[in-house]
Amino acid sequence: MVSAVLDSGYRDRKRRAAMLWMASGLAVAAVLLSLAVGPTGLSFNALPRALAAAFGATDDPEALRERLVLVDIRLARTLLGGFVGAALAVAGATMQAMFRNPLADPGLIGVSSGAAFAAVATIALGQGVLGFWTQWFGIFALPLAAFLGGLVTTLCLVALASRNGQLTVGVLLLAGVAIAALAGSGSGVIAYISDDRQLRDLTLWQMGSLSGASWQKVTAVVPFAALLVILTSRLARPLNGLLLGESEAFHLGIDVERAKRLAIAATAIAVGASVAVAGVIGFVGLVVPHLVRLIAGPDNRIVLPLSAILGASLVLVADVVSRMAVRPAELPIGIVMAIIGAPIFLHLLLRRGGGVS
Amino acid sequence: MIETSMTRRFSAYTQAALLLFCAMFICGSQSATAQDAGATKTVPLPIVSIGGDVTEIIYALGKADAIVAVDTTSVYPPDALKTKKNVGYMRALSTEGVLSTGGMTIVASDRAGPPEVVAALKGASITFHEIKENNSPEGIAEKIKTVGQLVGKSEEADAMAARVSAAFSRLATVRASVAKKKKVLFVLAVQDGRVTVGGRNTSADAILALAGAENAAAGVDGFKPVTDEQLVEFAPEAVVVMKRPGLKSDPVEDTRNLQGLGASPAVAGKAVFGMDGQYVLGFGPRAADAATALLVAIYPDLAPLVKAEKP
Repeated sequence: MVSAVLDSGYRDRKRRAAMLWMASGLAVAAVLLSLAVGPTGLSFNALPRALAAAFGATDDPEALRERLVLVDIRLARTLLGGFVGAALAVAGATMQAMFRNPLADPGLIGVSSGAAFAAVATIALGQGVLGFWTQWFGIFALPLAAFLGGLVTTLCLVALASRNGQLTVGVLLLAGVAIAALAGSGSGVIAYISDDRQLRDLTLWQMGSLSGASWQKVTAVVPFAALLVILTSRLARPLNGLLLGESEAFHLGIDVERAKRLAIAATAIAVGASVAVAGVIGFVGLVVPHLVRLIAGPDNRIVLPLSAILGASLVLVADVVSRMAVRPAELPIGIVMAIIGAPIFLHLLLRRGGGVS
Repeated sequence: MIETSMTRRFSAYTQAALLLFCAMFICGSQSATAQDAGATKTVPLPIVSIGGDVTEIIYALGKADAIVAVDTTSVYPPDALKTKKNVGYMRALSTEGVLSTGGMTIVASDRAGPPEVVAALKGASITFHEIKENNSPEGIAEKIKTVGQLVGKSEEADAMAARVSAAFSRLATVRASVAKKKKVLFVLAVQDGRVTVGGRNTSADAILALAGAENAAAGVDGFKPVTDEQLVEFAPEAVVVMKRPGLKSDPVEDTRNLQGLGASPAVAGKAVFGMDGQYVLGFGPRAADAATALLVAIYPDLAPLVKAEKP
């Protein structure tokens, strides 16, 4: 068991490579689908003219429109959707490994609830008490507040669960539940004092949407994507050790405290940035890593990258549904994801009895 | 708490991340300057009309044919949502969705959103006009004139705005003869014995003021559910209940049966009445008529005066 998880032979490596290639193929298909399908009905045949417009070679209004749809709207949306899906799935996989619980969800360490509280406060109080914040950051007041809210909540949680520089996972879990409840009640209070329009705004925000995608947001998430790739590549081995238990991991020579903190940092950044740009999208973090472990086993060296690729694909497909289902209006992607995710999850649960491997 | 090297490294990671994120956002927000299209020329057709008041004005000006799509708040006239494409709720628009309707111009209430989508639409090669939300009599007249200019019906719009202003000033005359303001409760909805009332800072409060009434729920901020005990405390002299088409139960009957209103002067004096929600709270071309109708319902003895004022 130990050798199987911590080291793998030639056959395993070949199998892993094959799985990664297949998943990548799927992701490429999802990206192409997301670029080709939209309510305007424009597709790749408009691509040459759109590209010409993008590089300033033409100012034909029709070409400008094609550029707007294909490059500014769909490409930005696809990149952002891919990031959000990958980040949420990796965060879920990380949390499930750290808590050694297949039901662990990135929300457990308080990022989502903290982010939601900050976002709800910005929506409801942005024209009143928090007017200065809206004035300073304009269109970015909400995403920035959500990101900071998530991060601050996680830092509080880490401080609460630390004893003599040691992070107790059990305390972390329970304190996380308590803090989520606290943030939830804060959101409730704000929802109560907000007016009809704000109420509707905040309900919609909590259902998630990639509709606000723009190149500015894409640029804003690039550093986080880079950071996540670095963090997760260092996390795979320590997380494998943690699967066996903390003391076992320690005796295997793994710096357990470091691993736990890295895992929390990665999750906070991934979820914080995702929630900031797309609102709350559930089920990706829960379902995708689960699915991946079913296919590929518990080794995090394959679970993490595979989760990222499949998470991105799933969000992109869900986003295509979200923009096409009720066009020209849009169905919030959180709803689509729950409709797709909940049955898959139930199926897994009933078939496998909910085990890790 | 002893700070280990790990805690330091952890906070270094997050600090770096935070700085980057802030920097990105500040750069972004500087380049995102909203442009305001204040042109007064006729706009290219067809139009995507976003906002119930905007749609109502365009329909009232007889330019319904110019509209290709509306949002879900455009409930009056009912024809709008039945025959036009529906781009969804006006605070949750989708850029490509709006573009796919083939509309050449967007006439939108300044409440439209989300801001990113509005910014993207403003940057698109179609015309975007923002109509300021203003529920005062002057604001409504201004709204009608602006929309009229956009759809090339300036004269009709000016005439309509003048009619609306005249109706409002007639209303003001009648209102001046209200001897003692009645305390009126505005009921937005009754659900399973739980009642939601319109407090201060709401469109309900604005229309009650126009109708010469005192808001019984002025102590409440916004539209809020209140308890039976609170209803006793309000002791309204009249209650106006919002109705909407297609409702199975009668909200007026439900309101009359509320325990908290049992002893109120309103129920005793049979002064509980219903009015259409979009009519009363729409603040479009029909706002003056709605406020007048509300005033007559609250002060039935002033009806002859209203009739006498009619041109």
